[in-house]
Order: sequence, then C-alpha cells, then structure tokens
Amino acid sequence: MILPLEEAVGELVHDGDTVALEGFTHLIPVAAGHEIIRQGRRDLTLVRMTPDIVYDRMIGAGCARKLVFSWGGNPGVGSLHRFRDAVQNGWPVPLEIEEHSHAGMANRYVAGASGLPFAVLRGYNGTDLVGRTDGIATVECPFTGELLTAVPALNPDVTVVHAQRADRAGNVQLWGITGVQKEAVLAARRSLVTVEEVVDELAPVPGQVLLPARVVTAVAEVPGGAAPSYAHGYYARDNAAYQAWDDVSRDRDRFAQWLDTQIAPVGAADSEEQVRP
Amino acid sequence: MTVTAARALTSAMACFVGIGLPSTAANLARRTHAPGLWMIYESGTLGAEPDTLPLSIGDGILAETADSVVSVPEIFNYWLQPGRIDVGFLGAAQIDRHGNINTTVIGAYDDPKVRLPGAGGAPEIAASCREVVVIVRQSRRTFVESVDFVTSVGHGRGPGDRDRLGLRGAGPTRVITDLGVLEPAPDSRELTLASVHPGVTLDDVRAATGWDLATAPDLTVTPEPRPAELAALRDLTRS
Repeated sequence: MILPLEEAVGELVHDGDTVALEGFTHLIPVAAGHEIIRQGRRDLTLVRMTPDIVYDRMIGAGCARKLVFSWGGNPGVGSLHRFRDAVQNGWPVPLEIEEHSHAGMANRYVAGASGLPFAVLRGYNGTDLVGRTDGIATVECPFTGELLTAVPALNPDVTVVHAQRADRAGNVQLWGITGVQKEAVLAARRSLVTVEEVVDELAPVPGQVLLPARVVTAVAEVPGGAAPSYAHGYYARDNAAYQAWDDVSRDRDRFAQWLDTQIAPVGAADSEEQVRP
Repeated sequence: MTVTAARALTSAMACFVGIGLPSTAANLARRTHAPGLWMIYESGTLGAEPDTLPLSIGDGILAETADSVVSVPEIFNYWLQPGRIDVGFLGAAQIDRHGNINTTVIGAYDDPKVRLPGAGGAPEIAASCREVVVIVRQSRRTFVESVDFVTSVGHGRGPGDRDRLGLRGAGPTRVITDLGVLEPAPDSRELTLASVHPGVTLDDVRAATGWDLATAPDLTVTPEPRPAELAALRDLTRS
C-alpha cells in the first residue's frame, strides 16, 4: 500500500507503541522520525541498535518514554546531548533505558523475526550489563552443557526503515549496508518503508529485493528521506550536518528553536491558511 | 601511538576495527607494512579498502570497497562469535589494571556523572577475537584502579577469569597509549608497562596511571616511528 508519509505514520504509529527505526549508519529513516515528532506521538518505547541524531531529536521532542538500544552516540562526532539530558536530568521527560550489546540486540531481532521466544549467543559473561538489563539470562546447551546467554525476542509494534526503491505493489529493493533492517521488519507487527522512489517496475537484480511486499504494511515515497545519513546510489552522507547537530543539541533553547523552525507541527500550515483573510 | 598500534597488525590478519584511533591505526597498517590486512567494520563490511578514513563505521566508502557486505546479525554471529577474527581493536573511556573496559557510564549507573555511548559491539569483540589491542590516551581519569562499569571484559579480576567466564579469545594482549605500551603480566594478568615511547619517562607514565603501575622485567623504549610511517599517517589524516 503506497501512502503519503503523513498518512502512513498517522495510521501505523500510535502513542504508547514500541517503535523501531532501524538503519545501521546507512538508510536511516530520518524523515519518518521527523514526522513522528510532527504528529506529537508520546510514550513511545523507541528501539534502535544505534540511536543517533534522529532519536536525539525524538527524545528531545518528548516522544519517548523508554529507549532500548546498544550504542547511543553521534557517529564520528561524539555524544547525543538530548539523550544525555533525558537520562541525566529527565528533560523534557524522564527516559527509561534498557541497554544491550550489538550482538544481543541483533539476536533479539533474529529471534523476533524467527518467531522464537529467545535467541542464544555466547557473550555478555562477566559484563555489568548482566543484572542491569532484564532479559539477559543464562541457558544451558542441552547437547553439550555449555552455559550460554539467552536474550528475549524483540517484536516491535511497528518497524520503520528507509530503502532505495519500491514498486507499486510494495516490493522493496534495499542494498549496500543492510544492517538489521530485514530482521527488524520481519520481527514487527506492522512496518513502514520510506523509499527514495516508487517505480512502475523494479529492475530485476537478484538479491536486491530485501523485503517482498507481503511483509511490508505501507510504503511512502520520501526522496532524501534518509538525509543526513546516506542512500547508496542516491546521495552521500552529509557529515557536516552530523557535526552541526553537536552544537544545536547542546543547548535546550537552541534545540527548541530548531524544533520550532525545522519541524512544523501538524496542521500549522492549514491553521495559518484559516486565519488569513 | 597510532604508528605503534599499526605495527601490531600484519598482512595475514583479519582485524575487527572500531572508529577513531583504531580505524586510523588499521588503515595506516594497510598503507604501510600490512597491505593484505583484512579490515572488518561492524556495519557488515568485510575486507574494506577505503582510500580515505571513514567518518563512521558505516561510511559508504567501506561498502563500496569491501569484498563482501553482510547483515549485522551475520557479522556478529558468523564472523565474530566463532573466532574467525584475529585481532580486535578497541578504544576505552576507562580501563582498569586488568584491562577491563568501560564505555557505558562514568559514576553510578542510575545517577551517572557522564553517560557514554554504551556497549556497541565491544563486549563481543573483547570476548571472541583471538586477541584484543586497546588504543587509548593515558591519564588518571582513564586508567583507573577499577572501572565504574564493566562494558567489555579484559582479564576480569585476574588469572583464570576468562576461562571461567567462557570467553574464548586471549583478551587484551597490548594496551597502546600516547605514553607507552602496557601488557598483561603472565602470572597476575595485571597490565604492566612493557615499553615507554621515546622522550617519555617512567614517572610520566606512573603519574598518568591510577594504580601502582609495575614494569615488565625487560622494559624497553618503543622504536621511533619511521619517516615513511609518519608520512603515511599525515597523508591519511589529512585526506
């Protein structure tokens, strides 16, 4: 189903949902994150292996109640200041965190996508994440007796990813660094894929249809929807934008100003129309 | 420091590379004495050969130059976990006398002084690579008696701990800093000073270490960087 972004987010993302926006450095669904802010979603449990600037914005805008993650930073630049402010000072709302390692998160998605209650990995032993994070448990291999780690399946209410192309039926081509997007979509109850372009027919390149239409709830055409991250074959990463975010996000007032000017609230344009003579 | 770290790598190795100093060192090695070095970034790029330093672990240049690009579950489950990677290059916000690493939080977890990015791929890199090389600037803030949070296990609390925890790799075999090189003592697994960089004194290193630093019996001076290495490093960090 091809929908405008506004409608797709309106239908698929609800207050209180567990929402995963995935994209491992590449193809981050930034425009969809902005639309979630614009629509004023609240009490979300945000899931993402690498919360970067899009989650910094969503957290700063007060969308999130909880963050499930494994590495939170501004890649190649430094810290996420809105995330820090929420964790250290509860601003604008307190943020509960549940943290894992990358391997733990990846395997939680794999279990979710596989329809299994948990995944098994060798890891976490000896770290302080054990005991801090619910759902890191020890399991004994029934064949060898080896003690391994079990992590629970992750099944978001909705997963949002960005991709290069889709056809009108909703088959999605996604290539380059594919991260954990496939697993995150397959693990979710609903999914939204924003794409650079919707085409009548996908050039058949074996292996590039990562997501067949039947696992995609909605597709929205959003050219440039991953910027300032990149879309392989379309545009490069805007490294300057990541660096510039460091300044904007350090200060609550500057951030609020950014929010007011860059993310206009839903209906603002309409109401302006109405007050005009 | 970067040159010394680069020298820890050889052409025959597969190296799991983190961004920052580890990435600079690995790319330097590939441009100097280790052209065959197989660099793996956790975004899923196997055998990346970037012309310039990537700004992040998922930079497009890594995917474009890689032998293969795989998913994130695959990189951790198929490549890292079974021990296919020879050496993991890690940074640290804090490191303790047994080489345990903290990248999670400074202060109490529930009331942090500084919230850091978190674990990322580091715990599994530290657990599963055949050996780990840590690259970090040395100061009393960083080199602490015991870390505030064990994000990645080094040598635990001492001999036998890695085996007891079921960790397969050898753990940190070298910690390379801007002052010298530390290595775990064979008996205690405690980090001891193995070499000092030219122009650095033993007192300098001790002043920058938060525990009573022991020296290896055969303490040496780190070999000077060669002009070709420095030129390659300058070229790399300028681009």
